[in-house]
Amino acid sequence: MKLHEYQSKRIFAQYDVPIPQGDVATTPEQVRQIAARLGRRVVVKSQVLVGGRGKAGGIRLADDPDEAEQIAGQILGMKIKGMMVKKVLVDEAADISKEIYLGIVIDRAKRRPVMMASAEGGVEIEEVARVTPERIVKITIDPFLGLQPYQGRELAFGIGLPKEKVREFVKIAQGLFRAFVECDASLAEINPLVVTGEGKLLAVDGKMLLDDNGLFRHFELAEMRDADEETPEEQEARRHGLSYVKLDGEIGCMVNGAGLAMATMDIIKLYGGEPANFLDIGGGAQADKVAAALRIILSDPNVKGVLFNIFGGITRCDEVAKGILEALNEVPTEVPMVARLVGTNEEEGRQILAEAEMTTAATLAEAAQKAVAAARGE
Amino acid sequence: MSILVDSKTRLAVQGITGREGEFHTRQMQAYGTNVVAGVTPGKGGSWVAGIPVFDTMHEAVKATEANTSIVYVPARFAPDAILEAADAGIKVIVCITEGIPVLDMIKVRTHLDCMDARLIGPNCPGIITPGEAKVGIMPGHIHTPGPVGLVSRSGTLTYEVVHALTENGLGQSTAIGIGGDPIIGTDFIEVLALFEEDPQTEQIVLIGEIGGTDEQRAAEFIKLHMRKPVTAFIAGQTAPPGKRMGHAGAIIEGGEGTAAEKMAAFEQVGVRVARHPGEIAQMAAELA
Repeated sequence: MKLHEYQSKRIFAQYDVPIPQGDVATTPEQVRQIAARLGRRVVVKSQVLVGGRGKAGGIRLADDPDEAEQIAGQILGMKIKGMMVKKVLVDEAADISKEIYLGIVIDRAKRRPVMMASAEGGVEIEEVARVTPERIVKITIDPFLGLQPYQGRELAFGIGLPKEKVREFVKIAQGLFRAFVECDASLAEINPLVVTGEGKLLAVDGKMLLDDNGLFRHFELAEMRDADEETPEEQEARRHGLSYVKLDGEIGCMVNGAGLAMATMDIIKLYGGEPANFLDIGGGAQADKVAAALRIILSDPNVKGVLFNIFGGITRCDEVAKGILEALNEVPTEVPMVARLVGTNEEEGRQILAEAEMTTAATLAEAAQKAVAAARGE
Repeated sequence: MSILVDSKTRLAVQGITGREGEFHTRQMQAYGTNVVAGVTPGKGGSWVAGIPVFDTMHEAVKATEANTSIVYVPARFAPDAILEAADAGIKVIVCITEGIPVLDMIKVRTHLDCMDARLIGPNCPGIITPGEAKVGIMPGHIHTPGPVGLVSRSGTLTYEVVHALTENGLGQSTAIGIGGDPIIGTDFIEVLALFEEDPQTEQIVLIGEIGGTDEQRAAEFIKLHMRKPVTAFIAGQTAPPGKRMGHAGAIIEGGEGTAAEKMAAFEQVGVRVARHPGEIAQMAAELA
């Protein structure tokens, strides 16, 4: 789950990370009031869950409340990478003398959280890693000990921070790590962490990704979810316990199991088609779940054919076949379909589909070829 | 021979009184697995599928000499169940549970690394040594004893490949699902090393997917330490970056973990890479 900048920064502030004064608004009038209250130059920042806000014109400075209101009128409602701006953050504009990067991710190979710092703040860390990897200092954190002060100092001195700022920096790094752990984050990032003209450190921008699997113990964080993070179809899928990702192709697919679902997408491509989605109906899928999955697939107007690939183990092929027919009763369609059912109760499943005159296939390769041909109207 | 589980396996089922736990206990018994104990805190003294249930793993091990356990406990309690099994002296712990927080798994794995216990999973289908023991949720009947060692991050995709191997007349020594999470108990390299040492295993099939760099490290290991041939497949060649494809660990992050880089890593060290699941069994058959 992604958090907005304002949500991330408010969390960081609870862990002794200094952030600019500011507030969130949904109307230009509110923006004016906030700017007036701050009583100084402000920055109006669109709150959308995508990168590249600045380049898209979604982050702008305003000298006074009038200008802030006018700018907010332009930013609110604009689209950035397809995402509508519904909220803006109005922060006091920082007096920036230097920009630093500070972030934490999980290093899967090391099986540890890793903290990274760089004197090249304000640009994407992936870009720094690609162009000047030597400018990134990394330390690996023991999950039981947490971030030790010496590790914070290593980062601070490693990026050439003046020695009088080191103590303040270490406190921020330790705060960020506690926020990371206590929120079950998979990423926590301050970019940039600025050194102001007065010599203070300030987290001007922040980002957090949370581990969805940890949300059961963070009710208040789960409440922060912005529905716009997912498409309406992805939300619908989540409600039914389905795992769905929309893609750009023309062949919808419904599969049990994530690995097999990916392999099914891949084989569609191998035989000249493009997958329209990833969809895993999970183990032991019942008829109603299959019906919901089919409705979601068919709601995509690009879909010109559908491929069912079910390897029955816990999932019974006859149950899936019933679900397909149930869904077709509810959502009549001209879209051609190819089914490949193998495993538990496959004979019963195939018979049910044969009665509905659906094309079937014995192997995945055959099913993919038939689905690609059917989608082309062959 | 085989690896990790066999006819000497004495299995304890953690979470045996749950719906999944009970269902799969009966399935594993029907396959011939020697299930000796069940554990559910507070249900000690009861019986499930003819198996005595204990309150704690220590009691279960003391009374039944269980040496292996399988965890069907919900995600929020599963880390505790894994640690309990390790503390009771269980040597092979298989965790089926999906949805364990990553930071919990980091602690569990770090702790287990200091103990004489091996965790398989979580978020995996388990392990099967055909004809001897099934410790997992896979359909047993598609497996047959033979020379192919199989290791995979997936569930049903593994069944698909096993099914095709069996149909091509190639049985399996042991088939292991290591799990689809970002942090797991046993990775490709550790399983490859076990297969390399196992006399029954003549060749290995490895099924990877997008996300992380486990496959790249496996390729390096194969180059340096493996004499037995390996055939590989990587799922997710068409997966977009930044999107999680079902498995918590199946995500291309910061441009890393793509299928293309993993396939290239294997090809560079002479491992044959199949283009689709059906091709794996054909390639393996050519090596037999």
